[in-house]
This record gives sequence, structure tokens and C-alpha cells, in this order.
Amino acid sequence: MNVRWDHQAIYEIIPAGSSVLDLGCGDGELLSRLIRDKGVHGQGVEKDVERVIECVARGVPVYHADLDEGLAGFPDRFFDYVVLEKTLQVVHKPLLVLEEMLRVGRAGIVSFPNFGHRDIIASFVRTGRMPITPVLPYQWYDTPNIHLFTVNDFLDWARTKCVTVERGLSWVDGRVRSFEEGDVLWAEEVLFVVSHLRPDKY
Amino acid sequence: MSDPLNALVGRKPKQYDGPDSPRSVGWTEPCRVRLADEINPLPLDCGETIAPVDVEYEVYGEMNENRDNVILILHALSGDAHVAGWDAKAEEYGRLWRKTRPGWWDSMVGPGKAFDTRKYCVICSNVLGSCYGTTGPSSTDPTTGRQYGLRFPIVTVGDWVRLQERLVTYLGIERLFAVAGGSLGGQQALEWTLAYPGRTKLAIILASSARLSDQGLAFNAVGRHAIISDPNFKGGDYYGGPTPDRGLAIARMLGHITYLSEVSMRQKFGRRYRNGNNTPGFHLGIDFEVESYLQHQGQAFVERFDANSYLYISRAMDYYDAASWGEGDLDKACSRVDSKFLLVSFSSDWLYTPEQMKELALALCRNRKPVTYVNIPSSYGHDAFLLEVERLEPLIRCFLEGGLVR
Repeated sequence: MNVRWDHQAIYEIIPAGSSVLDLGCGDGELLSRLIRDKGVHGQGVEKDVERVIECVARGVPVYHADLDEGLAGFPDRFFDYVVLEKTLQVVHKPLLVLEEMLRVGRAGIVSFPNFGHRDIIASFVRTGRMPITPVLPYQWYDTPNIHLFTVNDFLDWARTKCVTVERGLSWVDGRVRSFEEGDVLWAEEVLFVVSHLRPDKY
Repeated sequence: MSDPLNALVGRKPKQYDGPDSPRSVGWTEPCRVRLADEINPLPLDCGETIAPVDVEYEVYGEMNENRDNVILILHALSGDAHVAGWDAKAEEYGRLWRKTRPGWWDSMVGPGKAFDTRKYCVICSNVLGSCYGTTGPSSTDPTTGRQYGLRFPIVTVGDWVRLQERLVTYLGIERLFAVAGGSLGGQQALEWTLAYPGRTKLAIILASSARLSDQGLAFNAVGRHAIISDPNFKGGDYYGGPTPDRGLAIARMLGHITYLSEVSMRQKFGRRYRNGNNTPGFHLGIDFEVESYLQHQGQAFVERFDANSYLYISRAMDYYDAASWGEGDLDKACSRVDSKFLLVSFSSDWLYTPEQMKELALALCRNRKPVTYVNIPSSYGHDAFLLEVERLEPLIRCFLEGGLVR
């Protein structure tokens, strides 16, 4: 598995003092750094009890819930940033999760593995089997990634939902660089900062 | 040491840490102090005042130099100040049931346990209106020289916390490290953060909520009816004569049904008959294991609890509503608090449901208060807060340690 480049990128993107909701926050590592170093008001959401305990050990406030059930009770535009760090592909209802992200946040930060990467396509074409790569190291039967999609799929969604992509980063050959047209073939993983064109809708 | 009840229902015997175990706080002794007298009576939410008020409490572990390692544990409806260890005065005070079992949260409080008495000083006091050493309906009314009975004023969770604050101040503690409790004890912990913002760094609230549901109110009402309609009740003036045991036992039996879940009852009793050959006895007496269990719980309870105290404490449980700090608006109430929260519900608890706990967690979230909410999967129902030690232990230990470093 590659280093969590997106982890560092998100840490750098989020300005000091902002409020952050981390959806699928895992062990709370990102939030604990943001809270400690940047004085962020941080709240995690995580469904795995064991990970919740790890968050607690780091002193990170965490709300134990299943993202597939939505974020009812969290007010509209309550957080400056809502983070979906490699979480979208593991949920059952990615569209609901994206909509809730846009509702409760002023901006969303989404990172995910790009299933359109040329190695993945090549491996699929060559072997006729579900690709196994450093970014997607699982067998078809034990993968947590139940909704795999490509950069283009995500950008299609953004277009149809009037979502603006404010910033994009690609993880290419072990380096981070700005997202470029055609990265569907080159980026192993991507990160987008998005916001809703019509905040009045929410 | 084992609990005789386990043999009765054919369960694996419960193992306790004996008084000499390195994981036990060992032998304990109750302390008593007068915290309200004629000059300085305790004001009550009902508008009256009460004096004198004596409080029984217990202390385990050492207070550090700064007195900032103190955890106040709050007990639930039928609880007492004896949280952990073995009561050295059980015989002397006539609390014989304490000879066969340690304090009610011994699994969580002690050296190396969730509330680690090597690090923290743990205090628990008996609530006003109870019958374990703190002034209550069975205490002497100074105006009549007789026991209060129903002349005892109506007390509330707010009154309890006001009295606990006097105890904490008396012990020279400016700010508590944590308050912690389950069920009605959790509501006291919540009340602490609302009534005395900033006086506790952390709050741990288990199997509880901002208010009891209508369903809960209904169960409490039936329990009180059972007590009041017992022929021995005599308007609460039964002291010195036969006590309303039947009514109190029924109230307790009813309570126990609400503390378990459908699944835990099935696992525990499985429709088994008491006669062991799995056939009906064709009589109206105790025939099923579950009936036997409830009867035992009812009987054991009347030996250790006062019916009037049950009336008063269950009423305090009814009246509690944290939203009253925000004129009925829980969000507004929660804007007052200045503590870090750990809220824990249990999936099969239908007395204080996960949904109710979520409501509290979200109200705190909306006020940008640091809150962690966990719903622990459990089949034990409401009782889970006493039984899910393996899950709770790391959670509480980590939360307390997280509070230490920050």
C-alpha cells in the first residue's frame, strides 16, 4: 500500500481554525493532527467500534454511526470542510453520502482510488480477472471496495449535480501533482475539493 | 466468590475479585458527613428546603496534590455509595447482602480496571431520598421526631447534584476530572455538566438520556402503584411494622423486565421449566425459570431496599429533563456545558434507547461541544452498562487517558 499521500494533502489544504467533519475517520489520526496542530474543531464519524475506541484514545471526538444512514441531526452547512478520505468506495449508498457531505459542509474533500488507471485496465484485459494493485490489494471476495469508479465517473456526477471542483490532485508514479485532463489513465488515486454551486438548495 | 443467584438460574457462576485480589480496592468503609443543617439547609427544586442532611460516601484511591484526579461516580435507582470492594462494615450496618458480593461496579473500579484507582481517586455518594446512609424517607424528621415517610419532600436529580456539589466542595475539590454514571446515574453526570459548567473536565454517560421516555414513565407509574396499593403501605408510615414487601417486590420485578431484553431473556431462560423435566406442572405458581428469577430478584430487593425510597427515586427519574436548562430546548441547554463527553448506548436497551442517546449526542454536536458517541452492540438490554465490561473497559480507559494528555 502506498503512503497515505491524501492524508498529508488534506492536512495541508484545511486552514487552521476551521471546522471539519471526517466521514469514515478510521482511527482518527488525521483529525488528531488537525486538532493538535491547527486548532481545528474536529468531529469524526466512524461505524467500526474498534476504530471508535482508537479515536477515543487519541482524544478525537467521534460519532459512532453508519454513513449509509445519512447525517440527520447535523445542521446544513455546519462544517467548513467535510472529508471523505478513501471512504466513498466502501459505502453502500455513495450518492446519499455525497449529498449529505454537500449538505452539512461548505466544501467537501473527496479522495478515492481511480479504477480507470491504465495498469488496472491492462491487468483486467490481460488476465480477465479483477485487478489487484498496490492501491487495490484485495481479492474480489474480500475487498471492502464495493463501489469502484473512475475519475471520469466522479466528474460526471459533479457535472450533473452542479458541483464545482475547486481543486484536484493526482497521485501519479509515487508523486502528487495537480489533476490534469486525461488523468483517468495515469492517476492511481485522486483528491478533489468540491463545493455546491447552489448552496441555497441546502 | 460466586453469586447464589447464578446457581438458581443455572448460569455459569459469576467470579468476583476477592478482597485480597490485586485488582480489588479491598475492604472498604463508608464515610458520613452532615452537609446541610438548620443554618445552611439544602434548597430543593420543589421550593422547600431540607435539614439536616447527612451523606454517606465512599472513596477509593489517592487524591493527588493538585486534587485534579478525582472521578465522581453516580449511582442508579437502586444503587448506593458502595461502588467497589468489600464492605468491612456490612455486619455492623446490617447490610448482610454485601457479605457475598463486592460493590455494584466492582468490575469497572479498582487497580488496573477502567476507573483505575492507582491513577484516579474515585468517589461515590448515596443520593438524597435513598436508604443507604444518606438522609431519606426512613430518616427522622426533626419537626416530628418520627420517620419522614411521605412527609419527605419530593427530590430531583438537580437536588442530588446540588448536594454532591456540597460534598465535592467539602472534600476540597475545585474541579472534578470526571463524572460518570449509567442510567439514572448518567443523568446525574449530565446534570453536573449543566448545573456546574466547568466543574468537571470529562463526563461519561452510559445507557441514559436527557429524559425518560413515556414508556419509562409508564413502567415507573405501575411500580409505584404496586407499592402504594400494598395493604402494609399505610400511607408510607409502615416503619416499625410490617413493610410493603409485596408491592416493592412487584415494582422490582417490573423493573427487571425493563433492564433485560427479549434476546437476553431467551438466552437466560429459554422457556425452561423449573422442575427440570421440561413439562408444565399444571399449576399457577412459579413454574418457569423466568418467573423464578423475577421472584428471586423481588425477594432479594425487599431485604435491602425501602419502599418509600423507591417511590421518591423513581419520581426523580420521571421528572428529570435536561432540556429544562434551555426552557425546554435541549440544544439551548447544551450550550451551557464545558466538558468533554463520552456517551454510550447499548443496541438492545429499550429503556434508554440508542436513539435517545443520539439525540443528546447531536444536541452537543450542534453546539460544537467535544462529544464521542458509541452504540455498543449488546444483547443484555439496559443492564449492559453493568455487564459489557470487555467493551466498556478500553473505551472508558482510553477516554480518561485522552483527557489526561489534553
